Amino acid sequence: MITASSGTARVTLPSDTQILITREFAAPRHLVYRAWTTPELIKRWWPAKRGKMTIAEVDLRVGGRWRYVMIADGGLEVAFHGEYREIVPNERLVSTEVFELVPDAEAVDTLMLTEQGGRTTLTILVQHQTKAHRDAHLESGMEAGLQDALDLLEQVATALR
Amino acid sequence: MARAATTTDAFNAIAEPQRRQILDLLAPGELPVNDLVALVGLGQPQVSKHLKVLREVGLVDVREDGRQRLYRINGRMLKPIHDWVSNYRQTWEERFQALDQVLDELKAQEKRT
Repeated sequence: MITASSGTARVTLPSDTQILITREFAAPRHLVYRAWTTPELIKRWWPAKRGKMTIAEVDLRVGGRWRYVMIADGGLEVAFHGEYREIVPNERLVSTEVFELVPDAEAVDTLMLTEQGGRTTLTILVQHQTKAHRDAHLESGMEAGLQDALDLLEQVATALR
Repeated sequence: MARAATTTDAFNAIAEPQRRQILDLLAPGELPVNDLVALVGLGQPQVSKHLKVLREVGLVDVREDGRQRLYRINGRMLKPIHDWVSNYRQTWEERFQALDQVLDELKAQEKRT
């Protein structure tokens, strides 16, 4: 199906400790919210083409926990978890987020959905405690496959020296 | 992944809000240091200190023009920073494209019921 009517993701860094992601979707926001919070649906989009999602746990209530686990194509297991802090169905979802390989760096994610004419603008504000954590988060977002390729390239380059 | 030393320096250099402001002011074209001092609203010594840091990591270039020193942005050095954010954006864009497909199906289901 053609989805050319959707936008492309924008990523900006409003301050040293924040990441702001925005994207428009050609669907009403209750459907975006459903896809965002239903485990069977999360498993279909969250890993994109970079791996297979093995766990999508969603205990959607304030104080409830979530946990996502993916096996990346290189075989690396990546896991994230957090706790829901604020829930306004179809509109706003505030949760904590910890990348389990960097357990000290807890971020607070705010998802906001606004709808106009059947289209939804999705905004995610990621608030980190420190700039170092924010930067590490940005780096971890690099495609797993590209990361493997770069590591390999580095090994080859070192061997040639 | 370890970044090259110069890139790390450039990242540190733009972490400072006043240095980012200087880079923003230089984006349209080169400026003499006096204009920068007036626009940034800091003292000349502080502006010169920031310019020195930016010059050392290669984010700005300077040239002499008569008695003036003109500063300009070195776009080549900003590219790695741009690329870094681009990779992160690309990851999310792939995810969102998969979400587009899920949403198309949900819309079709809703129409049928």
